[in-house]
Parts: sequence; structure tokens; C-alpha cells
Amino acid sequence: MRLYSIAIYLFLYVPIFIIVLFSFNAGRHASELRGLSLQWYGKALANPFVVDAFVTSLVVALTVAILSTLMGTAAALALQRLKGTLRILFDGMIYISIMIPGIVIGIATLVALVTVFNFLNPLLASVWPEGVKPLKLNMGYATVIAAHTLFTMSLVIILVRARISGMDRTLIEASTDLYATPWRTFYQITLPQIFPAILSGFLLSFTFSFDDFIISFFVAGANTTLPVYIFSSIRRGITPEVNAIGTMVLAVSLILLMAAQYLLHARTNR
Amino acid sequence: MLKNEDSKPNHWLTAALLMPTTMWFMFMLILPLIVILIFSFGERAAVGGYAASFTFEQYANLPSRLKAFQNTMIFATIGTLLSLFMAYPLAYYLALRVDRRYKFILLVLVIVPFWTSLLIRTYAWIFILGGRGIPLMLEWIGIEGVRLVNTPGAVLIGIVYGYLPLMVFPIFVSLEKIDKNLLEASNDLGGTPFKTFMQITLPLSMLGVATGCMLVFILLMGEFLIPAFLGGGKVFFIGNALVDLFLQSRNWPFGSAVSVTLVVIMLITVSLYMRLTMRTKTGRDESLM
Repeated sequence: MRLYSIAIYLFLYVPIFIIVLFSFNAGRHASELRGLSLQWYGKALANPFVVDAFVTSLVVALTVAILSTLMGTAAALALQRLKGTLRILFDGMIYISIMIPGIVIGIATLVALVTVFNFLNPLLASVWPEGVKPLKLNMGYATVIAAHTLFTMSLVIILVRARISGMDRTLIEASTDLYATPWRTFYQITLPQIFPAILSGFLLSFTFSFDDFIISFFVAGANTTLPVYIFSSIRRGITPEVNAIGTMVLAVSLILLMAAQYLLHARTNR
Repeated sequence: MLKNEDSKPNHWLTAALLMPTTMWFMFMLILPLIVILIFSFGERAAVGGYAASFTFEQYANLPSRLKAFQNTMIFATIGTLLSLFMAYPLAYYLALRVDRRYKFILLVLVIVPFWTSLLIRTYAWIFILGGRGIPLMLEWIGIEGVRLVNTPGAVLIGIVYGYLPLMVFPIFVSLEKIDKNLLEASNDLGGTPFKTFMQITLPLSMLGVATGCMLVFILLMGEFLIPAFLGGGKVFFIGNALVDLFLQSRNWPFGSAVSVTLVVIMLITVSLYMRLTMRTKTGRDESLM
């Protein structure tokens, strides 16, 4: 059984290791290893398309993480006090947004937003002041951020809620008995206890958004994110440059994920 | 209505805290799904896109994508079962056999790949199974002309590789919760390890098995990348048909009908799961993470 487990770990990590190894390839062909060098990293970072896509992904992921952490935490705190039909409805929404495949969200959002925008744009143009270029709603940053946030805020709600339900209630009661205001109780008792969950929610949201391909593929419009760029370059052919970009993406998510998992499980599992 | 014993102003606080999330659910989840539903009864405009109408034509046309639906169901089922059989022993080992000190780090090592880019992890397999990967190594030992990429087998490898971690975690959680005294009691009463497993461990871990299977199956139903990269047009899923319908042929109404059908199949799967796990509600949140 131990050997079996080692085999599974090898199965999970060898492919990742191969990508990393070949990204340091000194040769010109993707799959012939001829010495090690950093040249493909240099090439990738000198490519303006890669840099643009990387910046777009970073901006999107950061905004998504901030939005979902704030909204998700607020909702998780409020949901404790919600009961009955509304609560069931809310829980239903949370589970649906987590479990619905990205492709359905991507397509549905694309179709709905294009339709709404086609309807709103002439309207906006007609009420816009003379001589000023009217605001035109388009697929882009805002639409990717909104679509990613649907999934990630639900994720934050679940993480924070789990933490709240595992929290020591007596501390809150003690704080109230000692005449602390509700705000002070929240700030000094609740927040420190749920903070690891909030932070790991932030990190997971960032990673999800940064790594997502399928939703961005549909709703990013002209603002190509890094995974969408990688997808189209793989379609054109396998180059060592793709390995280098892939390794950088993997490195970003691996570091953030380790941190998130540590925050989530460290205290409960030890 | 909000029911709680708190004073009135707190209703406003609760409502305010839930407002942004509610707006998001309305505009980014419910509205898009309703639009898709409406479009699925429409007609394709001459230039592509949607023309208002009320017809069942799109649904009547569904059999033209029967192959994609069949492929998806078959591969999702086989993929789910393969992941289950590969994940269970690992989850068992992590939950019941491994030293406490290493449990945490070993579990994290399983979960982490799931959250890293599926795109790059799938790409790794194009690289490994492609002409200069394993087939080249086979040539060195004298086996020539092996083709691995763009085969059903390659798609299955990609599926198991992508979704195994998601299967391990819920099973691990349910195994971990089992009262160890039960296992000892069974041992003391002369139960063989096999009997203990069949009569105690396995039944008590069924919630985790059900959760894992449901999650993997649903996500596989919407998979696009793995067949696109490793199936090479020979193995295509509904996801690939959808990308084609929306981005290439711009047949929105038919694409919508296909999406609605996909969502309905998924809802049926989830409600089956809900019925199965009705009595054990508490475990669900943890198992999902």
C-alpha cells in the first residue's frame, strides 16, 4: 500500500517535473534536452504578448481575490443569522455556483452579456452628451472578473462558514457580557479567529482566477489572459517557450496554494 | 423573512451584508441561465447569433450531437470509476495507515495539483505521450510505430490525472472520521481485515465515495480541454461541441439547447446525490473542499 501511494505521487508529480525540466532546455527543440539554460525564460519575458497577458491575468486575479474575499466573508457572517427558505435558497445558489462547470458559466455569461450590451449600447449612446465619445460596454476585464468572482465568492463563503461553525462561542458571549460593542466583539474576537480562512480564501480565489482557462476563453474579449495565450500557442505547436511560461504559472500557483493549505489545515490537523 | 431573535436594525445589517452576493447570483448566475433557456427556444439569425422565436426545433435537432453526448457520458463514467479505484487505496492509506506527523503534508501534496492549472497539467501529457515522449523511448527498445496521443486511452489518462486529487479528498475526510474503536472492536471480535473493511470501513466511507464521484462526474461532463488536447478531434465531448457551436458556427440557439440539456443532466446527477446523502448533511461542506 505504501508502494502504491508512492506510485500515485509519482504519477501526480512526474509530468509537472518534466515540464519544469524542459523549460530549462538549452536546445532549440521542445523535446530534446541539450544542456540547461535560462534562454527560454528570457525569450518569454521579452515577448510583449506574454507580458501583456501576464499583466492582464495578474490584474484580473487580484481584483477577483479582493472582491470575493470581501463579499464572501460578509455573506458568510450574515448567513449565520439567516434561516428558513431564504437560507435554503442561498445555500442552493452557493452550491450551484461551485459545481456548475466553467464551460456552462462561460457560455451563458457570454450570451447573456452580449445580448444585454447590444441592448444597452444604443441606449447609452442616445442619452450621452453631444460631442463626447459614448461609453461602450464590451467584453473585457470587467466581464472576466465578474464571471470568476461568482465561483470564488462562493468558495470563500464555504471556507469562512466552516471556520465560523468551528469557532468557540463562549468567547463571543464573554465579550458581550463584558459590555463590548458588537463591532468591538467582531474586530477583537471573531475576526482573528476566522482570519486564516479569509486569507486562504483570498489565496485560493487568486489561484483559481489566475489559472482559469475556460471561462476567460469565452468572456475575456480582447483582454487575453495568460492561460488563453498559452492555449493558443499550444495550438500552434509545442515550443520550449511554452514550457517556460507554464513553469512560471505553476510556480505562482504552487507557492500560493501551499500557503493556503497551510492556513486551512495547520491548526485543525495537528 | 429573516427569522432571528436579534433586534430590528440587525435585519438591515444582514440584508446589507448579503446584498453584493445576491446581486452577483442574480446577474452572473440566474440571468445567464435564463437567457440560455430563452435562446434555446429561438432560431438562428441569418448572420449567426439569435433571432426571437418560439420553437422546439433546437431540441429536436439534439440527436445530431448524439455522438458527443454518448462520448461524454461514457468517458465521464469510466473516468469517474477509474479515479475512484485509484483514489480509494491512497485515501485509505492517508487516513488510516500513515503516521500523524506526515499526514498533513502528504494530503496537501495530493490536493495542490488539482488547484494548479489544468491547462498546463494536460499539456504535460501531450508532451509525454507525443511523438518524442514515450513512443521515442519505446523505439529505443525496439517497439516502433506506437501512437499514444489522440487516442481514447490518452483522454482517460488525462482525465484520471486531472481529477484524481478531487476524488481523494472527500474519501479521505470520511475515512478519517471513522471511530477507530469500531475497527479495533471488529478486530477483537475475530473479524478478518477483509471482513472489517467490507462491513465497517467501506460502508462508513460511502458518503465520501458518493461526494467524490458526484464532483468528478459533473466536472467531467463539462470538460473541454482534455479531449481537445489529448483526443485530437477523434474523441470529442459536449464541451468541444459547445465551443464549436458558440465560437465557430455561431449557432447560439442550438448551442443553448445543448447547454440546457447538459445542465439538466447535471441537475439530475446532483439531486440523485442529494437524495443519497440527505441524512448526513454536515459532512458535505468539508468534503467539497
